[in-house]
Amino acid sequence: MDVLIYFIPISLFLGGIGLTAFWWSIKNRQYDDPKGDAERILSHEFDDRPKQD
Amino acid sequence: MTVSPAPSNTNEYEAERVSASACPACLAAPSAEQLAKSGDIKGARIMLSLPTAHCAVCITDVERELMKQPGVKSARVNLTLKRASVDAETGVEPVELIAALDRIGYESHELDAGMLSATEADKRGRDLLMRIGVAGFAMMNIMLLSVAVWSGAQDATRDLFHWVSAAIAIPTIIFSGQPFFASAYYSLRGGRLGMDVPISLAILLALGISLFETMHSGAHAYFEAATMLTFFLLVGRYLDYRTRAVARSAAEELAALEVPRATVLRDGVEVVVPVGELVVGELMRVRPGGRIPADGEVIEGHSESDRSLLTGESLPVQVGPGMVLSAGEVNLTGPLMIRVTAAGKDSSLHRMADLVAMAESAKTKYTSLAERAARAYAPIVHILSFTAFCAWAWVTGGDFRLAINIAAAVLIITCPCALGLAVPAVVTAASGKLFRKGLLIKDGTALERLAEIDTVVFDKTGTLTMGAPRPQNLSDLAPKALSVAMALAEGSSHPLARALHQGALGQGVTPAALDDLREVPGYGVEGHWQGQIVRLGRANWIGAEEGASTATHLKIGDETPVSIRFVDSLRPGAEEAVAGLAAQGKSVWLVSGDVEAAVADLAQRLGIAQYRAGALPMEKAQLVRDLTHEGRRVLMIGDGLNDTAALAGAHVSVSPASALDAARTASDIVLLGQDLAPIAEAARIAKRARHRIKENFAISIIYNAIAVPLALMGLATPLMAALAMSASSITVSLNSLRLR
Repeated sequence: MDVLIYFIPISLFLGGIGLTAFWWSIKNRQYDDPKGDAERILSHEFDDRPKQD
Repeated sequence: MTVSPAPSNTNEYEAERVSASACPACLAAPSAEQLAKSGDIKGARIMLSLPTAHCAVCITDVERELMKQPGVKSARVNLTLKRASVDAETGVEPVELIAALDRIGYESHELDAGMLSATEADKRGRDLLMRIGVAGFAMMNIMLLSVAVWSGAQDATRDLFHWVSAAIAIPTIIFSGQPFFASAYYSLRGGRLGMDVPISLAILLALGISLFETMHSGAHAYFEAATMLTFFLLVGRYLDYRTRAVARSAAEELAALEVPRATVLRDGVEVVVPVGELVVGELMRVRPGGRIPADGEVIEGHSESDRSLLTGESLPVQVGPGMVLSAGEVNLTGPLMIRVTAAGKDSSLHRMADLVAMAESAKTKYTSLAERAARAYAPIVHILSFTAFCAWAWVTGGDFRLAINIAAAVLIITCPCALGLAVPAVVTAASGKLFRKGLLIKDGTALERLAEIDTVVFDKTGTLTMGAPRPQNLSDLAPKALSVAMALAEGSSHPLARALHQGALGQGVTPAALDDLREVPGYGVEGHWQGQIVRLGRANWIGAEEGASTATHLKIGDETPVSIRFVDSLRPGAEEAVAGLAAQGKSVWLVSGDVEAAVADLAQRLGIAQYRAGALPMEKAQLVRDLTHEGRRVLMIGDGLNDTAALAGAHVSVSPASALDAARTASDIVLLGQDLAPIAEAARIAKRARHRIKENFAISIIYNAIAVPLALMGLATPLMAALAMSASSITVSLNSLRLR
């Protein structure tokens, strides 16, 4: 069972990456307009100047 | 009018739970103050509400059109909130942007650019989301370790897993559990036993017991139950918050129609002052198109005044020196100089606000289903768990460790995970559905109250009708007369003139060339056409006979005057709404301040049996009260200041987005689009939603009925708690999504 010594930290680390990504996406306001974002990919106008806050 | 003290920041979660229904009049007052302050900010950011936007094409169309406007730096549409935010240079007027969007076929309304509260609210939403994320991460990791324990990890391995779980769970609970702890603390301090008290107790007890067991190499630890509880309850809390935040920000930031400022003459100079600073006897100037800021007597100038929002009269009233005007009327054609006769507390606007406050206090406070459930639930949970502790301590002869373990298990099992999701999950699904149909739920309990109504009272002007006239007999006019009329109409901003111009434009008429076009305030427009004097305006000015219906008159030279009659066009969907509500078995009333003939005509057209004409604001409120006394639950739909008291007094109320600020504040639901048809649909959805909520309660009660006896007998294991908790939460969520 010694392998647990490696596996537990690894699993926590991987989970931590997910948590950090989630934290980043919230900070970066990725969830402000989910419906609009879903529709925007259908638009032919490429949005090359995202709004800066 | 008393202004209730603003909730302090320390009490933020409690403050969040206080619904906006407390007192609409109080809410209206600070918003006016804020508006007065925000007026100083340089007009950099404009927010527009776009009730009809729904697709990718809408986004590009609106953004492209807005970017085309001079002075606009950037424009971005948020489809989720149905809003556009525009960064523009100072001097760009929202009215121009709204007109531009109207030309390409998009309805829009200005939102109050006092963005502070919106970003603040958004911050709290993101904060809750972050707590959910952390709790979710912890829950999944601890679950991985727990599965190992449940499948038979022993001794040192089990203890190691428990310790790792503790290391993850403790900081998670401290961070993610804060909303519950704060809320529980405030409700305890207020001497109440809210839903958050058993929640906090269960989370903390589960954590404490598990830590103790881990230290003593015990077999059972509830770390995953504690984090799972936090996770599911946070999801419920977030849904609840989102529903309210979205509705509140949009409904309350709709720009106030009442201008809280007035232009007064002080020492011969025009100064703009807040309405609150007006003094009796001062002279104020009101330009055409402006709203009268305070009651007063006309000193100078002729014009016409639109009282429809105050009294429901659809015809403008002629105004001249010596006439008394009330605050809230709209000056239509000529500039007026008015001496203030009543300001502040004595003004008619304030008397109206007092009426609203009275109606509001007379209304019995509504206890929502969730509140009633919590009120019954919280004591039972505490008593059960305490009894379990005492009984087991007595049976085992003082084995407190076992007794506390069982008491904690009871608390965890009964903890209202599914109960916490039962209401918000349904309300989120239902209000999302209604939002897509163009209805904003402002108050959390509005949906439940809407489900209970059996009587509907409609206002006429501005609610069932557009409050905008439409020319009726343009085809009777000779083409030449029509083009002259159109040219004259261009010279005025009077609603009838504008409607005539629009109507003629729609028929492809080109205006005739006129000279010396001038507006005679209060009477009409005059000009020269091919050497003849041509006039468009009031019957007595033209020399025509006064008719019964709304009309304007055209006279070319010495010819006999021609009347152009107008009808108030029906709001789209009015027929469907009335028919739909009647089909659901609700009795429909029409009540209006307008004259008998106009009201009777409309009632007949829509098939409304009961109507009342010439109703004063008090009488409208009285009708609603009488109906309520008869044991009916009334849905009031109105837009004017004269409806406000009735709106506040009704069981639930709806107002269109074009309504006065005070009316919107007093009502629970705001209709974003022009169409009235969604109201009937909303009543149906509300009924379904209420049914779903009750089903959800039944599901969580069944689950408790099975699990609680097991927990009381000491048979509950952490695995069982985890399974039952997630199973019931997921069942409840899925059941909510079935809402059609």
